[in-house]
Amino acid sequence: MLQYSEKVIKQFRDMTNNGRIENADGVGKVGNPVCGDVMWIYIKVKDDIITDCKFETFGCVAAIATSSLATELVIGKSVEEALQVSNKRIVDLLGGLPVEKHHCSVLAEDGIKKAIEDYRSRVKK
Amino acid sequence: MAEIYYLDNNATTRTDPAVIEAMAPYFGEKYFNASSIYSSAQYVRKDIEAAREEAAKFINADPKEVIFTSGGTESDNFAIKGIAYANSDKGRHIITSKIEHPAVLETCRYLEKNGWEITYLNVDKYGMVSPDELKKAIRKDTVLISIMYANNEIGTIEPIEEIGAIAREAGIYFHTDAVQVAGKIPIDVKKLNVDMLSLAAHKFHGPKGIGLFYLKKGVRIHSISQGGHQERSKRSGTENVPAIIGMAKACEIAGEHLKDTAGMAEIKALRDALEKGLLEKIPDIIINGHPEKRIDNTLNVCVKHIEGEAMLIHLDFDGICVSSGSACASGSLEPSHVLLALGLPHEIAHGSIRFSFSKYNTAADVKKVLEVMPGIVEKLRKMSPMWNERDKK
Ligand SMILES: Cc1ncc(COP(=O)(O)O)c(C=O)c1O
Ligand code: FES
Repeated sequence: MLQYSEKVIKQFRDMTNNGRIENADGVGKVGNPVCGDVMWIYIKVKDDIITDCKFETFGCVAAIATSSLATELVIGKSVEEALQVSNKRIVDLLGGLPVEKHHCSVLAEDGIKKAIEDYRSRVKK
Repeated sequence: MAEIYYLDNNATTRTDPAVIEAMAPYFGEKYFNASSIYSSAQYVRKDIEAAREEAAKFINADPKEVIFTSGGTESDNFAIKGIAYANSDKGRHIITSKIEHPAVLETCRYLEKNGWEITYLNVDKYGMVSPDELKKAIRKDTVLISIMYANNEIGTIEPIEEIGAIAREAGIYFHTDAVQVAGKIPIDVKKLNVDMLSLAAHKFHGPKGIGLFYLKKGVRIHSISQGGHQERSKRSGTENVPAIIGMAKACEIAGEHLKDTAGMAEIKALRDALEKGLLEKIPDIIINGHPEKRIDNTLNVCVKHIEGEAMLIHLDFDGICVSSGSACASGSLEPSHVLLALGLPHEIAHGSIRFSFSKYNTAADVKKVLEVMPGIVEKLRKMSPMWNERDKK
């Protein structure tokens, strides 16, 4: 069994922002080629500020904890600032992850980026 | 520590207090090396030999056919490498199955890298090896067949007697890993037609780090270690006396328990109650393993659209100890090779959870799981894109 930090377990246990946003302004759907997990990130944007963010994850403790924390980190940020949220930052804030689980945090970062990409492509139209 | 609901008995079992008691003197006043000549040491020798008799009785073997090892892994290594090295003049082909424990699979892969050829037999959707396919896989240069007696993840019991008869007729050595069978079904090496068999004491309320290797008389095999000639020079090294005594005690207790039909039926009843309860309370789950030919203590389920490790940690919050065959729970990030061999798709194997019972479980364990599991599944499904999309396909 993998060793998780107390922070990871706490984030997993008390997870926030899980679920979907029905009329989201952007959706990022990412999949994990390593272990087959799936993560969908929804964002709501107003005046270039991310006002809400939720996630759905079919994945492990690390995937759930990192996606939950990622949503917390981007809410209230501008789209540009949200793009700066890196998986490294997420991992650091969680007090580290087992090496085998780093790819789960990459998924969280990618999910946010994909959601913003999706939002931008919609705005352009 | 809060209350523990231990349902991971295929991983290891609680050591029986009577076993601990039997072992204690051998850490203390009976510390002698059994190979020494003076009388104090010779008493220890006698105790080891009495333990060997007890262990032999447990599997209906001759005491001379019992070698003490450090457990299941070493016994499996012994059988496979020992036969391969000693019989390479006859051939370098080995037949095993895709669902063996890593102790067998990895040993075979190791030999494969060193010039041996291995056939990994497929299993059906219940995890059964087909004796017909096995027959077809036999070649002139086949020197060993190694098929497990029961699978540790799904509990499926293989047709060992039949496979043994095929091996005997073909004149090929036959080994079975019976680690998950000890204490669950009576083992009779004569009836099974096996030449070698592996056991590990910690799976039947004995100590960890001690096992048994049954080696039928006359089998051509290499020693697993060279040294001071212990275990008839097949496995040198000063005997782990407390562990040997402990394993013998565990054999004695397990032998008695196997005769106690009510006690054995109780374990099955608990397992069945959990299976029935989960099927009633949780939609979209799959029961893995053979419906009937399955060891009575094992229940492996796949909960669709959620991941096993997340479930496992939630169960742990409630003090419930189980294991999972999910890729995310494996460290290697590969889903269980056993579940994949059954033909389950990757995403179904993802949601696997194994419950395994022992004589120490009670109805309270089943009740607890049935109380908390539906809520955990619901919570995780609510946040799973796969679950939320399931009707849209
Ligand atoms: C079927 C099987 N074989 C071998 C082993 C390895 O036994 P040990 O850990 O005692 O070496 C186990 C236990 O995990 C097992 O379940
Ligand atoms: S999502 Fe599979 S290992 Fe984390």
